[in-house]
Parts: sequence; C-alpha cells; structure tokens
Amino acid sequence: MLIGIPRESRAGETRAAATPKTVDQLLKLGYAVTVESGAGAKASFDDDAYAAAGATIADAATVWGADIVAKINAPDDAEIALLRPGAIVISLMSPALNPDLVSALAARGVTAMAMDAVPRISRAQALDVLSSMANIAGYRAVLEAAHNFGSFFTGQVTAAGKVPPAKVFISGAGVAGLAAIGTANSLGAIVRATDVRPEVAEQVESMGAEFVKPDVAEGEVSSDGYAKEMGADYAAAAARMYADQCKDVDIIVTTALIPGRPAPRLITADMVATMKPGSVIVDMAAAAGGNVEGSVADQLVVTDNGVKIIGYTDLPGRLPTQASQLYGTNIVNLMKLVTPGKDGLAVLDWDDVIVRGMTVAKAGEVTWPPPPVQVSAAPAAAAAAAPAVKAPKPPPDPNKRLMWMAIGALLFLLLANLSPSPFLGHFMVFMLSVVIGYYVIGNVHHALHTPLMSVTNAISGIIVVGALLQIGHDNKLLITGIAFFGALVASINVFGGFTVTGRMLQMFKREDAVR
Amino acid sequence: MNETLIQGAYIVAGLLFILALAGLSKHETAVMGNKYGIVGMTIALAATLWLATKSAGFDALLIIAIAMAIGAAIGITLARKVEMTGMPELIAMLHSFVGIAAVLVGWNSSYETAAYPAIHDVEVFVGVFIGAVTFTGSIVAYLKLSAKMKSAPLVLPARHAINFAIIVAFVVMTIVYVLVPHEQMFLRQLLLGIMTVLALFLGWHLVASIGGGDMPVVVSMLNSYSGWAAAAAGFLLNNDLLIITGALVGSSGAYLSYIMCRAMNRSFISVIAGGFGSDGAVVGEAKDYGEHRETSAIEVADSLKNAHDVIITPGYGMATAQAQYAVADLTAKLRARGVNVRFGIHPVAGRLPGHMNVLLAEAKVPYDIVLEMDEINDDMPSTDVVLVIGANDTVNPAAQDDPSSPIAGMPVLEVWKAAEVVVFKRSMNTGYAGVQNPLFFKENSAMLFGDAKERVEDIVKAL
Repeated sequence: MLIGIPRESRAGETRAAATPKTVDQLLKLGYAVTVESGAGAKASFDDDAYAAAGATIADAATVWGADIVAKINAPDDAEIALLRPGAIVISLMSPALNPDLVSALAARGVTAMAMDAVPRISRAQALDVLSSMANIAGYRAVLEAAHNFGSFFTGQVTAAGKVPPAKVFISGAGVAGLAAIGTANSLGAIVRATDVRPEVAEQVESMGAEFVKPDVAEGEVSSDGYAKEMGADYAAAAARMYADQCKDVDIIVTTALIPGRPAPRLITADMVATMKPGSVIVDMAAAAGGNVEGSVADQLVVTDNGVKIIGYTDLPGRLPTQASQLYGTNIVNLMKLVTPGKDGLAVLDWDDVIVRGMTVAKAGEVTWPPPPVQVSAAPAAAAAAAPAVKAPKPPPDPNKRLMWMAIGALLFLLLANLSPSPFLGHFMVFMLSVVIGYYVIGNVHHALHTPLMSVTNAISGIIVVGALLQIGHDNKLLITGIAFFGALVASINVFGGFTVTGRMLQMFKREDAVR
Repeated sequence: MNETLIQGAYIVAGLLFILALAGLSKHETAVMGNKYGIVGMTIALAATLWLATKSAGFDALLIIAIAMAIGAAIGITLARKVEMTGMPELIAMLHSFVGIAAVLVGWNSSYETAAYPAIHDVEVFVGVFIGAVTFTGSIVAYLKLSAKMKSAPLVLPARHAINFAIIVAFVVMTIVYVLVPHEQMFLRQLLLGIMTVLALFLGWHLVASIGGGDMPVVVSMLNSYSGWAAAAAGFLLNNDLLIITGALVGSSGAYLSYIMCRAMNRSFISVIAGGFGSDGAVVGEAKDYGEHRETSAIEVADSLKNAHDVIITPGYGMATAQAQYAVADLTAKLRARGVNVRFGIHPVAGRLPGHMNVLLAEAKVPYDIVLEMDEINDDMPSTDVVLVIGANDTVNPAAQDDPSSPIAGMPVLEVWKAAEVVVFKRSMNTGYAGVQNPLFFKENSAMLFGDAKERVEDIVKAL
C-alpha cells in the first residue's frame, strides 16, 4: 500500500508527519511512501533527503490519492475532497471538539484515525502523540522563558560579582511538566514543582526538583486522600502556595489541563502583580483558556509591572525537526500495530482497543466516541489495597514467651538431672559456641557469603580428628579401615576448603587495586 | 608432655577458628581470617597426631599420613581446578564428605565401650543420623547443581508425612537402641543399620523435593548440618574442639540460611519442607500483560553511551552463560567513558549465597561497586539504564504489586523504577518460580534475546 505524506497547509505549521528516518522504517514494513514536494522544508528535511531514504516525491494530487494519508493537522474541506473513498487518513483531529470534521470524513467514506485519541494504556505509549509532543513543549517552554528572561539560569561567582541562580516553579508534573523540570534543572536553575497528585512527588524529585505541596493539615490529606484535598480548604491552601511562590520565583511554567474542560485558573492577576519585574510566566494551557489570568493564546503579554506572560500554543512546532521525528515515529509505531504481516498491508483489527479507540470514522459511519476502554486500573487498585490489609504480625505476648522459656528450662533441668556431669560440661561448651557462631556471623558482608561457607566447610573437616583418634585403636582392622576412609574424605575437606577459600579471596580486589 | 597440653592446643585452635569466622565478615580481614583457620587447623592436627601416635604407635601415624596425603591431594586438586561457576557444586560435594565422615566415626564409635552407655548410645544415633542426612542431602544438591539431576522439585504424595514418620522412627529406634543390652551385637547393629538407611533416604528426599532456585538456602543449610554432625561427633568422642567447631559452623550456617530465607520472604520451614513452585504457582498466568518490546545490542550500546548511571543486576543466567568476563569487560569500557556503573546483587541471586560476588570478583570487577539490594534500591529512580542479566524472579515487580503472586512480599530489586531497563533473556519463559514477570511488559523495559555472553559481547563491540 502507498502512504502519502502531504505538505501541511495550516498557517504556522512547521512539522511534517514523516522524516527520512521514519520513511525508511515505513519502507521496512512493506509500504511505499510518497512525499509531497516541500513537505519537510520547514523541519529542515528537503525533498532530496526523502528521496534518498526511498520515498518518491510527488505533487499534491498524487499524495492525497494514496491508500493511506498521514499528516499532522486535520485535513480541511478542500483536502477531504481530494481523499480517495476507502483510504485511511491519520492525523490530529480532536474529535470531541470537531464533530463536523468527523462527519465530513465519514461522508467522504474514508477511515479516519485520530492520533490524539489514542487510549491512554501502557501498550499504546509508543504511539501516543500527546506524550511525545508534550515532552517537546515542556522543553521549549523553558527555553522560551530563558530567552525572555534577563538573567542567567545558573548561579555563578565571577570577578564581576556573584550571579544568583534563577528560581523556576513548575505547576503540573505530567509529561510536559517533567520535561520542563529536567530542562530547567540542566540549565542550572533552582527548580520547584507541584502537582495535585501527591504520588508524583517521587518523579519530580528524580528529575532534580523540589516537590512543594499546599500546606494542608497533615491529617486531612492522608486520612481520606484525594477527594477531600480538592475541597475548599485545599483550594485555599493551594492558592496560598501559588501566592507564596509568585513572590519568590523568577520563572513560572504552568501545564495544568483537564481533558474536555477549560484549563484551571491557578494564578490570578493579583499574584502576577506581586512578581518581580522581568519575571517570565509560560502558560502552556493558553489554548484552553490559560492557567494564568491575563495570558493570551499565541501571544507574549507584558503586564504593567513588567512580567512577561507567554501564551504560545505552537511550542512543539518551534522544534520542528525533533517534533517531526517523534511524530513520525509515533506514526511508524501505529503502522507496525496495524501491519502484523510486515507486508505493507494495513489490517485494522476492530477488537484491538487502540485501533478501535483511534478510529473516528469508518466506511461512512462515525465511530466516535469509542466504547470506554477497559483500563487496567481496577485490578491495580485492588492490588494496592491488599498489602495494606496484611497487618504486621502482632508481637508475641511477652508473658506467653516467658512461659515457653520456663517450660523449656524446666525440661532441660529434668534432663540435666539424669545426665552425667561430663556430658553437661560438653553441653556448656556446645551452647556457648552456638551463641558465638551466631554473633560472629551476624554482620558478615554479603559478598563474602561464599568464602565464608567454604571456610566453615574446611573447618568442619575438623571431624578428621575423630577419625584420626580411631585409627589403630583397639587394633581392629575393620575400625582402622573405616577410620582410614573417614580421615581421607575429611582431609579432602580440610585441604580443599582452605585452598579454594584462599583462591577466592585473592580475587576480591578493591577498585584501586584493580586499576 | 601430657594430656593438658593437648587440651590447651585444642582451646587455642578453637579460638583461632572463631577468629577465622570473624575475619571472614569483612573484605579487609578476610584473607587473615582464612590464615587463622589454617593455623588453627594445623595446631589441632599436630596435637591430635601426637595423641594418636602416643596411643596407637607409629604404625598408626603411617596410616594417618597415607590417608591424609591422599585426601589432601584430592582436595587441593579439586580446589585448584574448579571453575568459579562450579563453586556451588564443589561446596555441596565437600559437605557430603563431612557427612560421610560423621557416619563413619559414629559407626566406629558404636563398638567402643563408654563410661555412660546410655548417653553414648544416644550420641551415636544422633551423630550417624545427622551425618547420613548431610551425606545424601549434599549428594543430591551436588547432582542438582551440576545438572546431573533435574532441578525441579520432586513431589512425592504425602511427602511431609514421610519426613515426619522417619523422624518419629528415629526417636523410637534411639530409645530401643539404648534399652537393648550391649551383648546383643547383631540386634544393635541391625537397628543402627536400619536407622542409617532411613536417614540416608531422608537426606535424599529432603533435598530432592527442593527446587533449584532455593539452592542458596539448601547449601547453607547443609553447611549447618555438617557442623551439627561434627558437634555430635565431638560429644561421641568427648572432644571439646569438635564440639566448639561443629557448633560454630552449625549455628553460623543456620543463621546464613535464615538470612537467605528472609531474602525470599519465606519461612525456613517452608523452604526445608520443599515442593516450592509446584502448587499454586500458576496464579494469574492467563492475565494479559500486554506486549514486550524487543531491542538490539546496537540500541542498547547507544543508550549506554548516553547514560550517566548504569546498574547491572546479574542472576543465575549470568553464571550459566559464563558471561561474567564479558560483563566485566563491558563495565570497564563504560567506566573508562566516565559512566558510573554499579552492580546490584539480590541476596538469593545464583545458586549459592554470595555466588554472584564470587563470579564478578573472578572477572576482576572491583568489589566496592558491587552493592547489596538494600544499598542500591534507593538509587534506582535516578538510574538511566539497568541491565538485567539472567535474573528474573529477583527483579519481579509482582512481588510488590500482586498479592496473589506466589512470590508476593519477597524483597526484590526495584529495577523498573529506572529510566530504562534492558532484560537479557533466552526466551519469554518464566523464571524458576514459574511466575510471569510483568517487568518485561513495562513500557520502559526492552528485551534483548539470546545468549547473555554473546549479547554482552555484541554491546561491547558496538561501543
């Protein structure tokens, strides 16, 4: 089958749905690829590079007439008219927001797959465009902020004076937020981040940021968790936290989005007014109404007190080469999924929740929204709950323990009463040695378990002493014979055990000794 | 010279043995510890030889010299040529020697007349019993470890009942043996003979019903048994040195087994009773874990080049593939590039306590970058790449997430918290516990199939 990669028609779009690298991977799946001339120009991929990778370069009509058309933005009406009925078209579509587009595609009789409707299950991660683009956007957001910020990110002590490091606050630790944390951190800034999900604190810290959370009384947060946190108390505490951070930090990046709803308002105009002049806010949710009061989509706004609020919505497109590569790889992974035979024939398995979830129109029918995906969250939740049920074993009742010890001691005394005194003498030695053995071994280094075993092995060859004393005793041939054999095998132990321990210990070397 | 001198020599030897064990607990003192052991043994043997010569003449000394020379020759040859991967087999085999020696000493001493016949008879029985169990147990362990016998647990019907019956029979026969007068030699020998055969069977059955993955516990348990056997012989012969040494070895071995059991979150009894992996191990097998992702040596080399922190978690698979030299080579290459490479060792990785450490030491990996599970688990989230080489159950997240899993609650290396995990594996088969490993299906893990050694060498080449 032929895959067509058209040139993006939307103004300001810089990305392409395929790069020479991904073309090569598509060819390996058995497809032929045709690229519209100039499709990758803005992403620094010229036609020759595509041709060198094995694609054919063609005009718009040929590309749009392909069996499969893969692009970034949803096709407009004129482009839909170019599609061949029965073809597959793959792009970002936002089907929930664009019912007209979906019905137009259905009317044209094409199969439409929305890259932004991939079910959020782990298996689908490899083709999840939202994640791959959010990663780029988070990175770029920090660079935009740095570009508009009048100082260093990293602290320095120079002959011309000391430069304090910039303080960066990131709200929301999703893919974009984590990418932003990593970028700001690697530029040398002091990074803090927050998220309504307390469980992401670990991820935030792993990226090198400090996790801050609203100062709610500890009992309220942990006792009944998530639901109550979102109550009025929590909201007030969160507002206080944001207000405090605004006074302190130089850069704020907000990434909070709620699917299908306007973005939550996290930072008010009053808070912005308390920020230092020259501070920069990047509102990554500007397209959905903005997390910051006063942000305008696609614009850089400067407030009265000199704070810059950036509301760009094309952050991934500002890194066109990398964005195209990641988007193209997402497409390749989708094609891998629908090409089980690697023979260039796309087979849409309607039982596969990923394919079903992405397909918004098929054979003239609108198939959006898909049936809800059985996310594996339910069993996971059960699993998380169960270990908590397993209460730690209650410590044994000390009285009961004392009683058992008393019974043991009594029994032993009874036996001792019947035993001859030399035996008890030996028994004393025995008990003390048991205790010493236990304590001596208590803090052995784990790496030395094997040498320890082989040395104890050699030592337990001391049984040879027993055999030696029996040799020649009573002048009985049988006994001497048996003892001879016993001494022989025990000697194997003694000599073998010590030798092999020595050999092993020679191997253990410190780093400086090895080098 | 008199008797007390020999007693003194034994006390000195006993102290030296304690120093030997204490020395072996740290790298810095380990070599010295081994030397203490050798000196202690030399003193003990010298004193014993003198005693034996005094009581049985120079003929005895000659016989002893022959026996010990043969034993020493065999022992040193074995110890010199053993491969480090074959260490578990050697140690298991050495245990069997102590076992058989204890049986022989016990039998021999049953012909002696003693001052306190009742106690002596009990001591003979206990000594022979422990020795025989150690002997066959170690032989089976040796056969299993050297793959001369299937490592899957043998599950006889009513296996617990069989074990229990043998122990009860042992107690009953001991009492009968004490009661039978010494003149009835035949009956006494018959009793002792039957008991020995039963004990031999018990040793065989105990270890045969324990699976390959539990071998670290089994080996250290047999180590403990061999100690108790020596201690029993000490009681028999009224020899304090044997008692001290046996008790030292016995209790230290038991403690080591306890450490191993704790590392698997299983009770000592459940390991000893055996049959693990045979019942209820297939729970959740039908669950859909999703798809695994395959990777290539070149891709792995790429991500290693870009990594700052790399952790390698080896398992028994590294030993079977003899991959330790290739792994050491890879480690050296990466460290030369400035990558921080460390090893995370699960306490029960391999078939012997500390097995992985010995293999890595053999390949000249410095021991200070080889860390214990508890030392390294906290660093997993900040690690770029984890290489899982031939380990499976010890890196299974199901132990933490899935309470219905047979390995639930077992402490594991939390490799899945790292940014990227590469699993070296022959195929998608399950590990020893028969449990599917959800790690393979996590989105940050990739499988590198094939022989661990070849794959690691491929990566080294690609670097």
